[in-house]
Amino acid sequence: MSRIIGPIARLAALGLLLALVLKPEWFVPVLKPFTENNAPVIYNQGSLLSLTLYHLGLVAIASLIGTALALVMGVFVTRKAGAEFLPLSRSLVNIGQTFPPVAVLALAVPVVGFGVKPTLIALVLYGLLPIFENTITGLKEVPENVVEAARGMGLDPTQQLFRVELPLALPVILAGIRLSVVINMGTATIGSTVAAKGLGEVIIAGLLTSNTSFILQGGIIVALLAVLIYDGLAILERRVAKRTGRLAEVAG
Amino acid sequence: MIELEHVSRRFGEQLAVDDVSLSVARGTITVIVGTSGSGKSTTLRMINRLIEPSSGTIRIDGKDTAAVPGEELRRGIGYVIQGNGLFPHWTVARNIATVPTLLGWEAGRTEKRVDELLSLFSMRSEDFAKKFPHQLSGGEQQRVGVARALAAEPGLLLMDEPFGALDPIIRAKAQEDLLAVQRRLGITVVLVTHDMEEAIHLGHKIAVMDGGKLLQYAPPAEILANPAHGFVERLVNGVDRPFRLLSLSTVATIVEPGTADGPPLAETATLRDALSELLWLKRDALPVAGPDGSLIGRVSLAALRAHAGGPA
Amino acid sequence: MTEATETTTPATALTTRLDRVGIVVAVIAVLGMDWQPFATLKPNRLISGQGLSLAASLPTLWAAIGVGVLSIATIVAVLRTGALLRLATGIASLLLLAVLIGIVPATVVPPGNAYARVSPAAGFWLMAFAFAVLTTDAVAKLRLGPLARLAMLAGAVVTVAILLGSGHWDGLSILKEYATNAQKFWREGAKHVELALGSLAAALVIGLPLGVACHRNATLRGITLPILNIIQTVPSMAMYGLMIVPLGLLAAWSPLAASLGIRGIGTAPALIALFLYSLLPVVANTVVGLGEVRRSVVEAAEGMGMTRHQRLFQVELPLALPVILTGIRIVLVQNIGLVTIAALIGGGGFGTFVFQGIGQAATDLVLLGAVPTIALAFTAAVLLDAAIELSERRRL
Repeated sequence: MSRIIGPIARLAALGLLLALVLKPEWFVPVLKPFTENNAPVIYNQGSLLSLTLYHLGLVAIASLIGTALALVMGVFVTRKAGAEFLPLSRSLVNIGQTFPPVAVLALAVPVVGFGVKPTLIALVLYGLLPIFENTITGLKEVPENVVEAARGMGLDPTQQLFRVELPLALPVILAGIRLSVVINMGTATIGSTVAAKGLGEVIIAGLLTSNTSFILQGGIIVALLAVLIYDGLAILERRVAKRTGRLAEVAG
Repeated sequence: MIELEHVSRRFGEQLAVDDVSLSVARGTITVIVGTSGSGKSTTLRMINRLIEPSSGTIRIDGKDTAAVPGEELRRGIGYVIQGNGLFPHWTVARNIATVPTLLGWEAGRTEKRVDELLSLFSMRSEDFAKKFPHQLSGGEQQRVGVARALAAEPGLLLMDEPFGALDPIIRAKAQEDLLAVQRRLGITVVLVTHDMEEAIHLGHKIAVMDGGKLLQYAPPAEILANPAHGFVERLVNGVDRPFRLLSLSTVATIVEPGTADGPPLAETATLRDALSELLWLKRDALPVAGPDGSLIGRVSLAALRAHAGGPA
Repeated sequence: MTEATETTTPATALTTRLDRVGIVVAVIAVLGMDWQPFATLKPNRLISGQGLSLAASLPTLWAAIGVGVLSIATIVAVLRTGALLRLATGIASLLLLAVLIGIVPATVVPPGNAYARVSPAAGFWLMAFAFAVLTTDAVAKLRLGPLARLAMLAGAVVTVAILLGSGHWDGLSILKEYATNAQKFWREGAKHVELALGSLAAALVIGLPLGVACHRNATLRGITLPILNIIQTVPSMAMYGLMIVPLGLLAAWSPLAASLGIRGIGTAPALIALFLYSLLPVVANTVVGLGEVRRSVVEAAEGMGMTRHQRLFQVELPLALPVILTGIRIVLVQNIGLVTIAALIGGGGFGTFVFQGIGQAATDLVLLGAVPTIALAFTAAVLLDAAIELSERRRL
């Protein structure tokens, strides 16, 4: 049953998302009752499409930088040369994740000012934590005997890393990236409170002018985007996991 | 006395146990042996109604088990499983006290019983009572598992592959412990195993099951000497069959008048031990000593050969 | 192939005597001490100020003590030293920094000037970060047990309480901000804790039975967990926004709901959103925890005649406890952070200060909201980590 429901629900969600972003005027009759005093029904302070693209772009850039940094660091602390940093980095990741994303965002403002910069910093810093953690976990979980076999067959350390360890750790790393992207979607929304461009603007505009219709548009678009991206990454992850025969144990 | 009458159990399409009837005499050990999927565990679990029979009747001491609520029935029957199933968050003492506590025994009586059982398995109460299962060795865990099953003084003990997870040396010791405890308490034991060797060693009677059917139900000697055609035959037809047969009887059963040279054998030794000695000492016969050490006759290779062979 | 005989060249001798983590700590500490200002002096609350070096912001004696002790601490960090010494050094350095920063206002602000604001600057934060890393590394290497970590947390809480209570930090801008908001601070703080714990309690009341039911029923599990997963994925601001609509409608239609205080904005939507977020970790961890209880243990319990109820409460739930506690830790830390955002829809909590501060570009006000939030989340994490470890001790 879920085999049919899954794709249908996904298609419906995608269709609704596209309609909301590209043809918001279609929803006027539905949203009209949520406005008072002839306030505008459809968000009118910018194109929803450009806000959506900007939002996605911000998350994509932050996630790419975060992933690159986290991978390099994760590989480093699991090599002999970086082993001394392993216990420390585990603790730091653990402590870092107790910091609320909003706090990271708010604390970045005094350092770099308002706008996209604090948001990007918060996204990268906070977003790399789950990837870093999962990179360490994934690499540490690669069975000892597999690495031993690779060594025994004469693979040099670089070959071991790229041909054996990273591919085997990939599902776990991907789970971390998925978690990070979802967190970043949310933090980027909050970024609008520090004047970063993005979909949070729509919700905030609604809150400021008590325009429930804006809140609904912004809220539904952000929610659908996040759920669809999460879902898409989960599918990708399962494909990879199937190929390597290992399922990520990190629930997300 | 346990009686199974035309007992069957279905799981969906699958007939796991197919019309099994057998009766177990009080104070004996019955071993149900078979491969995995033979229905042996299902049969055992139907006795304490962990699994309900689809049809048929099971009576314990003449009383239909279906007439008693499942939990009440199980509190009166000892149950031991592979990997012992000790509760890891409870101490040894509390583990053993599980069923007495469920039955509402008063604290003093329970405590006394726990001490009794620990000493029955030669474990000092002051050393073990307060320990947690993970602080015990595999053999100790197994003994606590049996002690726990015996806590409420059940007349019947069900054991599902109880020694399956033990290494050979600890396993042999655990088997001897079980035989000793059974003799001492006179309880009825039904034990499930896939190991024919174990079945022959422990069982007063052996029930061989395959594909849900009871193929043969007989004393071990009978199973070895006259295996039912087909599966049972294949099961016992190993190179070891004569040795298994010999290990079932003691020297006393074939001692013959006369004397022989060499070190005397005890009349309580098994025939297998006797054969081993004869071969090792390169002799045709050895003297046999009675309980008081006096010579009571001799045992010969020829007599052993006659005893170890199959039907002509 | 012959092994090279072991010769200790000066270079290898040096690298074996140096601690790599310590080198990083030292670089950060030295950067903070020599290149970045220790404190910032602002003429008033909103105008940007001027950075002061450590020497310029403290009386000579204190500056000398500071530079001396922190330099020694840096050397201890760089050399390969015992973990206990490193731990003591890290804690002592953090303590010293905490004391030093409190002395700055009296030193640099002319008496009688009530507008000037002094706050820690990048140099202070870098050094604090460096020695926090040193402390964390030592704690990780010592593998301190749960009780030792709780004792350390208690020590930190008491120290901060003493520094706050004695008025030593009163000259700092964040505490000046607190002084003008004192009443509101505790009110919002109480609200913050109330929202975080209230939603957790509600999630436990619903989530634990739901988790048990999902453990026993695969169909229910197959429906429940994906739905909770989707809910968890919705970004918090969208969730709070979406909560406004149904609750607003409910209040408009039902005078009873309105009289109970249910409105589109305020506490009710915040509480419900937090509750929804809390469900997944509680339910999923209950399912995983119960699923991890070994089959043989459950079967033994059944075989000895325990009822379903006895089995659940005496065997399965106690054994699943560490995993369930892990779920509670996730919920609590997550909720303490998410409550902050509830301020946007009038839910209250420390987020009120954060967003007010952002709106006014008043850094100190942002900190007044952010610092206690982080402290709360951190404390909750340490407490629950300890609880998890203690509950794990008796498991196989």
